[in-house]
Amino acid sequence: MAHGPATLADGWRAYISRWVFTTNHKDIGTLYLWFSFAMFLMGGAFAMVIRAELFQPGMQLIRPEFFNQMTTMHGLVMVFGAIMPAFVGLANWMIPLMIGAPDMALPRMNNLSFWILPFAFAILTSTLFMEGGGPNFGWTFYAPLSTTYAPESVNFFIFAIHIMGASSIMGSINIIATVMNMRAPGMTYMKMPLFVWTWVITAFLLVAVMPVLAGAVTMMLMDINFGTSFFDAAGGGDPVLFQHVFWFFGHPEVYIIILPAFGVVSQIIPTFSRKPLFGYSSMVYATAAIAFLSFVVWAHHMFTVGMPIAGELYFMYATMLIAVPTGVKVFNWITTMYKGSLTFETPMLFSIAFVILFTFGGFTGLMLSIAAADMQYHDTYFVVAHFHYVMVAGAVFSGTAAIYYWLPKWCGKMYNETMGQVQFWVAFIGFNIAFMPQHFLGLAGMPRRYADYGLQFADWNMVSSIGAFIYGGAQIMLLYNVIATIRNGKPTTEEKTWEGAEGLEWTVPSPAPYHTFAKPPEFK
Amino acid sequence: MLKRAQALFLSLLSLVVLLPIAGSALAESPASQLNMPQGVTEVSQAAYDIHMIMIWVCTVIGVGVFGFMFYVMYAHRKSRGAVAENFHEHLGVELLWTIVPTIILIVMAFPATTALLKVYDTDNPDIEIKITGYQWKWQYEYLGEGVKFMSELRTSDDEVYGREPKGEHYLREVTEPLVLPVGKKIRFLVTGNDVIHSWWVPDFGVKRDAVPGLFTAGWAKTDKPGTYVGECTELCGQGHAFMPVVVEVKEQAEYDAWLANKKAEAVEYASTIGKEWTAEELMAKGEGVYLQSCAGCHQADGGGIPGVFPAIKGSPIALGPQIGHIAVLIDGVPGSAMQSFADQLSEVNIAAVIHYQRNAWGNDVGDVTQPIDVLNYKQSK
Repeated sequence: MAHGPATLADGWRAYISRWVFTTNHKDIGTLYLWFSFAMFLMGGAFAMVIRAELFQPGMQLIRPEFFNQMTTMHGLVMVFGAIMPAFVGLANWMIPLMIGAPDMALPRMNNLSFWILPFAFAILTSTLFMEGGGPNFGWTFYAPLSTTYAPESVNFFIFAIHIMGASSIMGSINIIATVMNMRAPGMTYMKMPLFVWTWVITAFLLVAVMPVLAGAVTMMLMDINFGTSFFDAAGGGDPVLFQHVFWFFGHPEVYIIILPAFGVVSQIIPTFSRKPLFGYSSMVYATAAIAFLSFVVWAHHMFTVGMPIAGELYFMYATMLIAVPTGVKVFNWITTMYKGSLTFETPMLFSIAFVILFTFGGFTGLMLSIAAADMQYHDTYFVVAHFHYVMVAGAVFSGTAAIYYWLPKWCGKMYNETMGQVQFWVAFIGFNIAFMPQHFLGLAGMPRRYADYGLQFADWNMVSSIGAFIYGGAQIMLLYNVIATIRNGKPTTEEKTWEGAEGLEWTVPSPAPYHTFAKPPEFK
Repeated sequence: MLKRAQALFLSLLSLVVLLPIAGSALAESPASQLNMPQGVTEVSQAAYDIHMIMIWVCTVIGVGVFGFMFYVMYAHRKSRGAVAENFHEHLGVELLWTIVPTIILIVMAFPATTALLKVYDTDNPDIEIKITGYQWKWQYEYLGEGVKFMSELRTSDDEVYGREPKGEHYLREVTEPLVLPVGKKIRFLVTGNDVIHSWWVPDFGVKRDAVPGLFTAGWAKTDKPGTYVGECTELCGQGHAFMPVVVEVKEQAEYDAWLANKKAEAVEYASTIGKEWTAEELMAKGEGVYLQSCAGCHQADGGGIPGVFPAIKGSPIALGPQIGHIAVLIDGVPGSAMQSFADQLSEVNIAAVIHYQRNAWGNDVGDVTQPIDVLNYKQSK
């Protein structure tokens, strides 16, 4: 079957059939990436509504009820719609190329795992137009606000979460099966590119915790519709149980988001340092250690919920420990750059910004782990600032780096370096104006998820909103850069786009042919 | 091309520098605070101290790590002729940067543990106060004193929606603050009535979740009289941002006088339950109660929000038998957002608001609901 993919020249029917029925890892990767970008823009639009309302004290644009829907949908869409599918898209595109496999191990399941996602998000988004509005209980959907007191659309929300979970589990099984069975001869586990390693570990995390999330929302479904009382104290249940179950999923979830990002920068920094990654095996062990620790620290999200002191102490100590493997990774990245031959193309700029901002978010994370201080930080803007430093500067910056880094391989065109660098600086500066002041707001006492606030918080909220608008503009620039590259970019056919790049993906032509590695490559 | 990028970068950089300055010059608001408050209790001081320790530890590590990183980015760039070396492992340094952070963390665990023990030291209080979170207000009950009251936001909707200028204490003012004496150890027992709330006073360092069906404990003891403002810090619905905490700490004598006054009020109130109220009195009182306690969901015009909160205007309950209407307010509607108001509103207020609902916006039942009817229903249960 050596036919090429259908193009528009073959007619609309053939073209649409190609994308709907495709089992090709590159096509599915592309679908994932475009879908996640669309969700990223939608989640970003929700964030713009939030920041516009918070520009000044008082309610100007929307009602508090709708504000809560915006914060909830922003979180859900960004986590489940933008970041996770983006990294699954990168995995689809790059893992077969990196390990020398012709495709993913389970191509039909691959198709299914993507194509149920648009339905999940269509269902989720449609709740905004339903009577009573969409989910308004925060992306953490604590019971009983999300059960007894939820709008009726909560059942659609639960269904959407179930579909997303099924999609993630299928995607993860596929990645695990591919990496375990389809590596090129000679590529032992400890020779795999780090991006592949971080994704394998992430996939195991996903398979482990997505069912827990499914369990949590199923218990909600039962409480709402079938008269059970899992989370209702009046019926013998416990609202705090919900938080334990949710965070047993939720904490590994944040590592699910960040580990592939670690993998991306671990590919890019060596390339532009022209020097191999420092401490490869310690990077692998550190990733595994972080993944393990992520299962045993969940209740640090619940320090104010009234746990016994023994529990608080245990979760505090365990959480502090995460700083050790995370520190190892940061030191390794910096030492990779040490005595290299550095250049600063756009992917490298985003990767360096990732290291700096993620480390900054790590510092605030360490502060948050100290339970006594967390009593003051908890559920304030300090937490919002913290997790945007690790999630946005972590996942989104590294995702953007990955796009610039592999775009020439995907489409055979080179992006405009000036435009890329301009976009980087706008994003970097906008991000910091948006989120740095939120640390001050939180320390000064502004709780998160507030539709309105006292006058003492007015200054920094205005600054933060301006930064958020700049950062939002940077994403439009990214979209422009990608489209401009695909349409009018300078063609590049060389296999190795970057001087210092290493790995099998740089041994195939650019753009990567529809079918690669029909014969396994030799890997030394 | 690159020149243009640099020019853009510089103009953006100047924006970053100028924005905060411009921001603070424009605002007439109180000075922006940048750091955690030290507060007025041992617990808040302990939180502040460990917070500052962490900030300095992180700053020192950050300056070291980022300093080295920026040096590398300057010194080993290709444009300065740097040639890459090929090393990629060194067991010594890798062990070093695993062990040294571990030791730092172990050292930091000691003050962190001490501070947490202080937070949990809730034994032997002088005064106990039960705090109940409601959508969207706080109830304070002085255990053993027979004093109990609701504390709600006093800022008007007109200020929130910009129809009136915002006052100095915008969203930081309540109908009735919690009043505490200086120098006494006070234990807060926090719980929730409907959804989870969280009671936070930054200056006390007390943040405890108000979980329905559970009690969480916190404590405070301060020697500084004054007014301390806090917030609800757990998302609890549309009124989340509109249920501030205000605490007034008074000298002992002032506190005693205040408490005696509250007790006298309670006695005086008891005498009004038996009184026969006229329809006009109830209507006037009922409207105020309705706007304060019901309109948040059922709306000021009784129309509700379709699909979320049912209308009272024309509803079968408001137009049906009086006893059924009383039952809804006293018992709530299980499995819905309609909570029991038995502990939130007095019998007089419940009677008044029922009368109002049955006779406003075109509802015209015409009967009169007396406080004694409400009391009888309560006692019959």
